[in-house]
Amino acid sequence: MNKQNSPLVQIKDLNKSYRRGNQIIPVLDNIVLDIDEGDFLALMGPSGSGKSTLLNLIAGLDQVDGGSIKIGGVEITSLSESELAEWRASHVGFIFQFYNLIPVLTALENVELPLLLRGLTRKERREHSALALELVSLQDRMDHYPRQLSGGQQQRVAIARAVVTDPTILVADEPTGDLDRTSAEEVLQLMARLSGDLVKTIIMVTHDPRAAKKARSMRYLDKGVLTDAPEISFTECL
Amino acid sequence: MLLKLVLRNAFRHRLRSLLTVLGMCVAILAFALLRTVIGAWYAGVEASSANRLVIRNSISLVFPLPLSYRDKIRQIDGVKTVSYGNWFGGYYIDRKNFFANFSVDPESYLSLYPEYLLPDNQKTAFYRDRKSCVVGRKLARRFGWKVGDTITLTGTIFPGKWDFVLRGIYQGRDDTVDENQFFLHWDYINETLKKTVPRRADQVGFYVIGIAAPELAAKTAEAIDRTFKNSRAETLTETEKAFQLSFVSMSETILTAIRLVSFVVIVIILVVVANTMVMSVRERAGEYAVFKTLGFGSFYLSGLILGESLLITGLGGALGIVLTFPAAKTFAAAVGNWFPVFKVEALTLYLAVAAALMVGIVAAVIPIWRVASVRVVEGLGRIG
Repeated sequence: MNKQNSPLVQIKDLNKSYRRGNQIIPVLDNIVLDIDEGDFLALMGPSGSGKSTLLNLIAGLDQVDGGSIKIGGVEITSLSESELAEWRASHVGFIFQFYNLIPVLTALENVELPLLLRGLTRKERREHSALALELVSLQDRMDHYPRQLSGGQQQRVAIARAVVTDPTILVADEPTGDLDRTSAEEVLQLMARLSGDLVKTIIMVTHDPRAAKKARSMRYLDKGVLTDAPEISFTECL
Repeated sequence: MLLKLVLRNAFRHRLRSLLTVLGMCVAILAFALLRTVIGAWYAGVEASSANRLVIRNSISLVFPLPLSYRDKIRQIDGVKTVSYGNWFGGYYIDRKNFFANFSVDPESYLSLYPEYLLPDNQKTAFYRDRKSCVVGRKLARRFGWKVGDTITLTGTIFPGKWDFVLRGIYQGRDDTVDENQFFLHWDYINETLKKTVPRRADQVGFYVIGIAAPELAAKTAEAIDRTFKNSRAETLTETEKAFQLSFVSMSETILTAIRLVSFVVIVIILVVVANTMVMSVRERAGEYAVFKTLGFGSFYLSGLILGESLLITGLGGALGIVLTFPAAKTFAAAVGNWFPVFKVEALTLYLAVAAALMVGIVAAVIPIWRVASVRVVEGLGRIG
């Protein structure tokens, strides 16, 4: 579907606003953004700048007010709610700030969850999930429940859950926001490896300049307007 | 795996879930017991035969009918057998030892009630001895009576101490037959009355007649009542079922109240389970948003919530149904003399199962609606 050399994600004139009472609050203003396949893009900006909103729209979690989002040749703004759900299940992997693992399921079962919608046998699901956990070096923690894992380990399980369906894009919302520096470094290295070795397209929202440094490209959002990222100094990374 | 998730979700808050299961169990138990009480009230109606008519004084059952009507009734078309009797109203040792006791014409009466199974030798002994009686198996067991025992009843309607020799113990043909009754000879009482209160002699409280076929009931009843129209004691003839129902209708208000309470119990538990489900789902709003994010549609999420609700109500309901049997047995032992037939009917069990299912389904409606209507981003916003 994706034509050779054309960007994987094509966003044109994207607008989004929220209604609070009678007030309409603009969040995104005529966003234009292209993301190539295999890119690792960091979206930065102050709180309330619209980063998470843009990420939600790219991931098909929210409806646009106007404009176009084409991913892998599919215009996702024209999909219905159920079509979007199906599309998300096969094309998007999610990594959240607070991991969002299901506490009553083991690491393996959490990773297996998205595969339930893929029509695989139990054995196939187990094999895929085990492989994904191996990829994040947690093969020895398969039967552990989230509460038995550290924050960094939980986030790695979340990454395994995000990649297990081999999605077109990975979206990560502050993936290191709740981690200590060592764990954050591990998670970022893992994401860099997914982008580098496995050519995964990753869009990451972050406040953390150190995390942004790991990305291949960077864009900056301020008051709903997308700009090129300002230079990040070394001191910001400390 | 979704089933596993339903199971684990259902018992994530063990205490809350167990209390809800327990509440459901008590509600279903109460519902089934109350329905059984209502069923017990109607036991006499259920056990009545379509081939029997009951004749009583048209003013009230309290007023007697002359024995002389017997021969006239016999001559009416459709009448096959005529028997008669009186409510004796005696008690054994103490007034609290209540049981039904009737003075009857033994041969005709027992021929009309083939459901009272009595060995031939006991039947013959009963017919031969005017001072004898037969009792139901449960009544004999209750007081430890054996064939040959002399039983003294104290009369309330017919004052005095009355001695009867127990000649037989009948058994019901099936479990709808009342085995708590006491039958004695009408002749024995009548002979005594002739000597002591002659104006009360040769009178019966009711006639029971056997008809050839149920379809003759209306015609025969009309013919009987026509025969005694404008007489000293006009009659009211009705099927045995209608006769029994007239007794039940006296307690109709109580029965309606019991019926109402049985439904109120279900409504209360419905609110409790619905509250549990709403709380559980609210606590997991973020998790459901994650499911939606991963591509799970409302169908899957509804299944998870409905499954959890049905699991809790199903467990409670099943436990309640299982406990209904010993509870009904204990209840029957305690009030057996008021409810001679007290058994949990199949319909009660079906209603209990239906009530448990209904509670499970209805309790899940609001949480399902909420989860389905919340946008993914709103749900995710609740996390952290």
